[in-house]
Amino acid sequence: MENRNRWSNLYLALVFIVLYAPIFYLMYYSFNSGGTMHEFEGFTLDYYREVVQDTRLIIIVINTLVIALLSSAIATIIAVIGALAIQHVRSRRAKNTLLSLNNVLIVSPDVIIGASFLILFTIAGVKLGFSSVLLSHIAFSVPIAVLMILPHLEEMSPTLTDAARDLGATRRDVLTKVILPVIRPGIFSGFFMALTYSLDDFAVTFFVTGNGYSTLSVEIYSRARQGVSLSINALSTLIFLFTVLLVVGYYFLTAKKAKKPSAERTAEAGVPR
Amino acid sequence: MTSKAKQVYLIPYYLWIALFVIAPVLLILYYSLFDLNGKLTLSNYANFFAPVYLKMTLSSFWYAFLITVFSLLVAYPAAWLLTRTKHKQLWLLLIILPTWINLLLKTYAFIGIFGTFGPVNSILDVLGIGEKQILFTGFSFVFVSVYIFIPFMILPIFSALEDLNPTLLSAARDLGASGWTTFRRVVFPLTVSGVRSGCMAVFIPALSLFMITRLIAGNRVITLGTAIEQHFLVTQDWGMGSTVAVFLIVVMALVMVLAGGRKGARNGK
Repeated sequence: MENRNRWSNLYLALVFIVLYAPIFYLMYYSFNSGGTMHEFEGFTLDYYREVVQDTRLIIIVINTLVIALLSSAIATIIAVIGALAIQHVRSRRAKNTLLSLNNVLIVSPDVIIGASFLILFTIAGVKLGFSSVLLSHIAFSVPIAVLMILPHLEEMSPTLTDAARDLGATRRDVLTKVILPVIRPGIFSGFFMALTYSLDDFAVTFFVTGNGYSTLSVEIYSRARQGVSLSINALSTLIFLFTVLLVVGYYFLTAKKAKKPSAERTAEAGVPR
Repeated sequence: MTSKAKQVYLIPYYLWIALFVIAPVLLILYYSLFDLNGKLTLSNYANFFAPVYLKMTLSSFWYAFLITVFSLLVAYPAAWLLTRTKHKQLWLLLIILPTWINLLLKTYAFIGIFGTFGPVNSILDVLGIGEKQILFTGFSFVFVSVYIFIPFMILPIFSALEDLNPTLLSAARDLGASGWTTFRRVVFPLTVSGVRSGCMAVFIPALSLFMITRLIAGNRVITLGTAIEQHFLVTQDWGMGSTVAVFLIVVMALVMVLAGGRKGARNGK
């Protein structure tokens, strides 16, 4: 039994090592003065300096953040409306249809989302660049935010709104003073999920970005295709630290309400972009 | 009056569905009917069923299948062991954390790791096997993809295992089942829904990967995703690209119906 325990711990440890090795590998070599991802020659911060001084890169980082914040804010608003819409539908069949339409973009491969949005924007005459990227990020963030908000809406007791109405609250009061506060945790997790989706997205952005406009992942892709450059390592170290901060923040925000983060919900968020 | 007011404020959501869910699918279908010169034709479909594309499709499916199977083989025991640990939620969070790191950065790391002078080759050298070309092969493609997808396989299986009633295991033991029999007859059948959603979360994206094939497999492996990207962004042959996309959508729908339908039957029982 003791022996068996050791083997299983070893297996888990191995999985964790493999999961984290590439990330730490990148971080380690970001300090290599040798300029390659093998043979560590000496410690240097040159690549960090390079990243910080690269104005083009800084602009791209700002672009990425602007797109992420703006798109997730707008997507969350649309998602609140969407969740209300789905909840208000009485007929089961219509509800299921709405739900499956909602989930289409979650299960579709990114390549298809990207390609179809490219056609859409070209036909609609949307210039490829900031607006097309923003629109597509809003578009693919909406369904996941809806899925985060909907359970909170369904858990809410209908007597709450009835009571508010009886006490003379207007429609608007019911929404702002009763419904929105109750579903606030859902709204927050929806926003954060949209944010991480947007920050992480590569494939969709790659299709609709056009010339001259770029987000971080598209930039990383084009740099990585040219081969190894340690400024990417430095950049990825910074991104990793930022991500950890974001995740910790997200967990603190959600863990306050629901003590245990549900595995199911994180699994839903699991379709890679 | 009130119902009308409600309708007005629901507009953004319905607009979103119309514009970004329904329209794109219709547009893909529509474009698949045109050739490079903008002529209405079915030639794209004829081309698709020619040997070149069929071979590509088959290899794409084969790779996606391999990736799914290997992910499952690694993820199931890991998920099982995770449910046995203390502080499960913390460990689970640590499994999820890498998924928040940009996919491209993780892929890029493997360029170094699998490179000619990378650590894997050094290890092979020390073991006396000698240096091997690892980068730009089918193996590296499968490995990196499995690496990327493992958390998405672990999560649903983990939650299925969490829902498993532990008394069932004791019951199986009491009735004299061996460890393997318990697993085969009790544990696995009861967690098959988690396995199924894990496989779905891996198989469909694996069919459409294109950045990993470009960065790691050096265009040795061509998936349906690579083909779509190539047609849309390089050769500008939107018609053919759309045809491949239509095919991918059909496959996706089939997979969903198959998985969803059986699940429904199970729930109805």
